[in-house]
Amino acid sequence: MKRKGIEVSKAIAEAAKLARVEVVSAYPITPQTHIVEHLAELVANGELEAVYLNVESEHSALSACVGAAATGARTFTSTSAQGLELMHEILFITSSLRLPVVMVLVNRALSAPLSIWCDHSDVMAARDCGWIMLFCENGQEAVDSLIMAYRIAEDKRVLLPVIVNVDGFTLSHVIEPIEFPEQDEVDRFLPPYEALFKLDPERPVTFGAYGMPEIYTEAKYAQEMALVSSKKVIKEVMEEFGKRFGREYKVVETYNMENSKVAFVSCGSINENIKTAIDLLKKDGLDVGLISLRLFRPFPSEEFLESLKNVKRLIVVERSMPQGATNTPIFNEICALIFTRKLDLTVENYIAGLGGRDVLPQEFLELVVNPPEKDHGREYKVLGVRG
Amino acid sequence: MAKKMEEYKWQDLNAGCVIDEPGNSLQYKTGEWRILRPLTDYSKCTKCGLCWLFCPDNAMRPKEDGFFASHPDYCKGCGICAQECKFEAIKMVEDKK
Repeated sequence: MKRKGIEVSKAIAEAAKLARVEVVSAYPITPQTHIVEHLAELVANGELEAVYLNVESEHSALSACVGAAATGARTFTSTSAQGLELMHEILFITSSLRLPVVMVLVNRALSAPLSIWCDHSDVMAARDCGWIMLFCENGQEAVDSLIMAYRIAEDKRVLLPVIVNVDGFTLSHVIEPIEFPEQDEVDRFLPPYEALFKLDPERPVTFGAYGMPEIYTEAKYAQEMALVSSKKVIKEVMEEFGKRFGREYKVVETYNMENSKVAFVSCGSINENIKTAIDLLKKDGLDVGLISLRLFRPFPSEEFLESLKNVKRLIVVERSMPQGATNTPIFNEICALIFTRKLDLTVENYIAGLGGRDVLPQEFLELVVNPPEKDHGREYKVLGVRG
Repeated sequence: MAKKMEEYKWQDLNAGCVIDEPGNSLQYKTGEWRILRPLTDYSKCTKCGLCWLFCPDNAMRPKEDGFFASHPDYCKGCGICAQECKFEAIKMVEDKK
């Protein structure tokens, strides 16, 4: 295991190389750019034996991945914000054709106003497109998640695309000490992709046939069952990764939950600031926990409920606007679970860190000690909004 | 299709609804949709084959004598053959089944 200081974007490209991707199809967009630039270098220098497709848009980038994956190739793409929304149509095609494309989504706020900075409005606008979705708190997790993503996606019990969410700039553009597994270790963990069905003139098949009303419902239910059932495989892969590489991941991770009656729920890099706030509160004798959603789709309901333990108050922090919904997406799902399972919990909804605005540990600390009033008759509070 | 569409359970479907029996569209008889059918005036027909080229269901097929005729199982009566015929040899007429 080699450990070196490297920009996280470059580390992600190196992880794609370790995964031996065969087709890279991407269109550059800030803050994803360094990932695809470095992959282009690796291919041009002959260090990575892959086809690098220069395409004219993100719609084409993902479409080319769909075509390549349908021939049985291991494919990689990466984008951010508006790029993901331009892919939107093909996101659904990829998952419903059950093609194990892996995408690193470098999370960035959606325009307008134009912003290149981080929030989760991009992924949340595409959350129900049938992809498996993972979140990362730091660069090491991004590297490990990318390698795991291929193993999950290509499992014959799964065969679904995966988005690995990596916060723009906060993660993508920082230099971190990263431990890279050796190539032979990755090869043993991640054997070459063998498609169940592929486009092959020797054995013709049809991808994307028409679905009449008599069959469409069954087709979508089969897809949904594959996505829901993928959680078992995701957990297996995370456990095996831990055994082989020494860093074990869980679909829902917790921090200081043992004696906590109050807990945060969030995902992404913001969790590291929440942990700092939790450490500060612990020094004052106050136990507050964190429930970190590493897996967002399929939603890990049972694991989330198990993580609650003795919690009576949940503080849900999300990085996107509800866009007219009653609350933010993760909050709504948690509330649905709490209601249907008849749990006795209070749940608060906070929106923070939009368009790259920093949220410091002190602000999380304040949420615990002096929860602010909701404003303008809404069912949530936007932290730090002026006026 | 080994069986009728209505008889498939969700568990029976291939991942991604991939069709791995090439040519099984022959089992799907689109002729049932037809209201009009093409009627060819063979005195005007030059055997150019445009109707055969343009037919979206491959229902217009060459006969042994070189002329073309639509297959009743697959012709859904769309009228593209009549539209494309440069010699006005094909007319769409009511299909009295």
